Amino acid sequence: MPKTAKAAEPTRLSVRKTYKLYIGGAFPRSESGRTYVVNGDNVALASRKDARDAVLAARAAQPKWAGATAYNRGQVLYRVAEMVEGRRAEFTTLGVPAAEVDATIDRLVWYAGWSDKIAQVAGGANPVAGPFFNISAPEPTGVVAIVAPPSLLGLVSVVAPAVVTGNTVVVLAADPQVAVTLAEVLATSDVPGGVVNILTGRYAETAPWLASHADVNGLDLTGVEHAELAAELERAAAGTLKRVLRPGLGGTDFTADPGLRPMTAFLETKTVWHPKGH
Amino acid sequence: MFEYAPAPESRSVVEIASSYGLFIDGSFEQAVDGNVFKTVNPASEEVLAEVAAAGQEDVDRAVAAARRAFASWSAMPGSERAKYLFRIARIIQERSRELAVLESLDNGKPIKESRDVDLPLVAAHFFYYAGWADKLAYAGFGPDPRPLGVAGQVIPWNFPLLMLAWKIAPALATGNTVVLKPAETTPLSALFFADVCRQAELPPGVVNIVTGAGDTGAYLVQHPDVNKVAFTGSTEVGREIARAVAGTGKRLTLELGGKAANIVFDDAPIDQAVEGIVNGIFFNQGHVCCAGSRLLVQESIAEELLTSLKRRMATLRVGDPLDKNTDVGAINSAAQLARITELSEIGATEGAERWSPACQLPDRGFWFAPTIFTGVTQAHRIAREEIFGPVLSVLTFRTPAEAIEKANNTPYGLSAGIWTEKGSRILSVADKLRAGVVWANTFNKFDPTSPFGGYKESGYGREGGRHGLEAYLA
Amino acid sequence: MTVTAATGLSDLRSFLHGLPGVDKVGVEARAAALATRSVKTTSKASAIDLAIRMVDLTTLEGADTPGKVRALCAKGIRPDPADPSCPPVAAICVYPAMAPVAAAALAGSGVHLASVATAFPSGQAPLEVRLADTREAVAAGADEIDMVISRGAFLAGDYRRVFEEIVAVKEAAGAAHLKVILETGELATYDNVRRASWLAMLAGADFIKTSTGKVAVNATLPVTLVMLEAVRDFRDRHGRQVGVKPAGGIKTTKDAIKYLVMINETVGDDWLHPDWFRFGASSLLNDLLMQRTKLTTGHYAGPDYFTLD
Repeated sequence: MPKTAKAAEPTRLSVRKTYKLYIGGAFPRSESGRTYVVNGDNVALASRKDARDAVLAARAAQPKWAGATAYNRGQVLYRVAEMVEGRRAEFTTLGVPAAEVDATIDRLVWYAGWSDKIAQVAGGANPVAGPFFNISAPEPTGVVAIVAPPSLLGLVSVVAPAVVTGNTVVVLAADPQVAVTLAEVLATSDVPGGVVNILTGRYAETAPWLASHADVNGLDLTGVEHAELAAELERAAAGTLKRVLRPGLGGTDFTADPGLRPMTAFLETKTVWHPKGH
Repeated sequence: MFEYAPAPESRSVVEIASSYGLFIDGSFEQAVDGNVFKTVNPASEEVLAEVAAAGQEDVDRAVAAARRAFASWSAMPGSERAKYLFRIARIIQERSRELAVLESLDNGKPIKESRDVDLPLVAAHFFYYAGWADKLAYAGFGPDPRPLGVAGQVIPWNFPLLMLAWKIAPALATGNTVVLKPAETTPLSALFFADVCRQAELPPGVVNIVTGAGDTGAYLVQHPDVNKVAFTGSTEVGREIARAVAGTGKRLTLELGGKAANIVFDDAPIDQAVEGIVNGIFFNQGHVCCAGSRLLVQESIAEELLTSLKRRMATLRVGDPLDKNTDVGAINSAAQLARITELSEIGATEGAERWSPACQLPDRGFWFAPTIFTGVTQAHRIAREEIFGPVLSVLTFRTPAEAIEKANNTPYGLSAGIWTEKGSRILSVADKLRAGVVWANTFNKFDPTSPFGGYKESGYGREGGRHGLEAYLA
Repeated sequence: MTVTAATGLSDLRSFLHGLPGVDKVGVEARAAALATRSVKTTSKASAIDLAIRMVDLTTLEGADTPGKVRALCAKGIRPDPADPSCPPVAAICVYPAMAPVAAAALAGSGVHLASVATAFPSGQAPLEVRLADTREAVAAGADEIDMVISRGAFLAGDYRRVFEEIVAVKEAAGAAHLKVILETGELATYDNVRRASWLAMLAGADFIKTSTGKVAVNATLPVTLVMLEAVRDFRDRHGRQVGVKPAGGIKTTKDAIKYLVMINETVGDDWLHPDWFRFGASSLLNDLLMQRTKLTTGHYAGPDYFTLD
């Protein structure tokens, strides 16, 4: 028996995660085949065609998501909160402070509660002068493209208000690893595929395509740092009169009570008239 | 003939102890004077458990516990209170099969109703108000709405757990603490709910459950340290409570009896109207304060409609509440059965024509066959008094104005139904009905987002929806 | 019995539009409530046998061949070769071109031969072609004809044309039973389903049938409920009983039993018979057989143990 050198204690090689896009409930690589390196990991670098695919997925998912009961959408968002709670370690490993994970979970719960209340706060009966029943109710505007801010709390604070009312979204993520981990949470919650689509990469490259996309109804520019780019995107959005949410200069304090604006920015008001008489 | 074999829900999914104490300050305790009462299964008259009967001292202890808990509960951030309520909602969803069987055993209602109606609504109610706990400033009651303090709540036996949810969920969401008294004949689901609170790690004293009869309820609503009284039950008792509370400064909401008109016009979708009439009066054995107990049908279609209604009634399956195919279960108590029987006999004596489909009723337990009276006029007692059972009085009308007049000709004003394919008629008739809930082309629909409550002697205040918060906010 | 006698042909439109409306939410809630009935043990066993006896075992493919049709006929006559107590299906349903093959295969079995006709599934052919189609199917041995109505004419409000076409096909079909396919998925509203049901019955339909199985939406419980209410009310008024056939999309025993429950609780016993209720289906039969075997053996069955046809 040949004498062998004493083998070193075998060290286990970890299995690394592949960070991919999240489109229509699936995790594809970029159609462009491109990646870029973030903290040593290769992350998919989304192209304009990925953005186009994401809009298709969001549009396809939108009627059914908006048609779900408000109660159901609230339950789904609450389920997301439960799942983030269970995966908090994954976020803290990525460097998200524990307190921010807590705040994120509470923010999801906050919006879960809004699903069946926003219509009661933002809508109501109108006492028109005449024999008419008249009532106004909010409805989702459709597909919303979001340039997300870089924190987990910021990301959830722009995605949750848009989807809780029945919109579907295409998100250009700032922190790709945190965003893809959130996508994995969404994929294992009860969020239907296509309701939230997440693209990683350089938003300066993809955002203009979404801002001018004729099948996008709303644009959230919260995560855009450069005033000039934001203005340019707003101008592009004007082509189809998209609803644009452009927070004031100085950024958004995501720890404060968000108020109603993040929801109402992407709501239409529908007023119905009906005569009364027998 | 296609007969359905028995399809009983398993009783073993719920474990009922032989005796239960009062739930005070987070633990179960015997009544100070050791008094107990029995709760029975109305479908078999079998005793299900012995339950503590709370006396004055027990109520004092419960109110004191609620008062102690109020300081920290009301000071807690709304988002934290919300999470307790979400937890409770989730636990109810997870334990809904157990709770549904329990509810059917103690109440006598068909398992398909406790399973498909009561329990889903209970969980939904907690979900809905959980969401309000941190949004009160948006509810339209001022920028900084405050809780009232300790709420004394007394609930009836027809929807034991659902009425508990209607009372407790908004009270807790707004930062109040509660002492709740369930009905004497249906205490068990409230005591199981106490266990749900423990599972949710709700702070002790936030929810206290005192079981007992009318005197226990009277101690509770008259207790000087109770800030808010909420009662669901008979108009008679509601009136007594209003007198007792008068001058004390306590806030009061009452959800009382009803004698709802279900109005069917000649252009109604007939087959769906028949379903709505059946659902309106035979749902939950007619033990529903908003039951459509007066059918007002346009004379031109009365005969056709009654033929369809009778044909449909003949398919109702009366019997074992735990059988999944049962449509109409047991009457909740011997006393209630006696009242239904008495009023029905009066109806026949006064000259109305009584009809029931052929149906075999079980030998033991409390049962009453689905019944309709035709040829009823406004003068008949069965057209005026709440029967609270599976008994429908049928009247006719000729014009919308007459329908409205007859519908409103009652001291009650809880609910009403309108059946017509014409939208403008629905809206104008609804405008003129003096009732808190008007259903059009549907009946007996409930949702946590929708306010519920009556006009006139059906009570005041609203439960459910954004409006339901108001009763618990200063 | 014609509409002329009942209402006067010119009144067809006002008659159909005078039928009580159907509230969509209400009818769907009723159908869903009936679908929660729990049918177990002995009632399930008898329901399965009844459902098998109600199956119109169907093949309506461009790729149908004599071999395929013969195999289907053999399956329909003896659905479970391992169990002689298993009843045969009600009928075999094929295209007219396949009717001679099926007629030979079914001879003497007691299983009916249904043939779709009238330029199935679209009905978009001249009336003469459709009538010829019908006559050929009958001549080839079909004793049941499944015709399609002109949905285009119906939706355009040309009720008289639809009525007259059904009358003509009924005449061409002679002694064969006439099933009138409303194609409810294309009629889109329950009000239309109720009107089309009455129209077909007034024109002489022996059966009203939901669907061809060739459009996006086929038989559903609420549509069948509306049709059952129509045959019930029609018999009350005219004294003639008409059968109902949901077709397309009914694939499981569970589905089939929901339909039987619905018959039981809306029109009752009189329709709980293959003469008055049929399932237009193909894969349903094997699921019924598997459930039947489960009940007799006590363990779950697998598709490998049943014939494919």
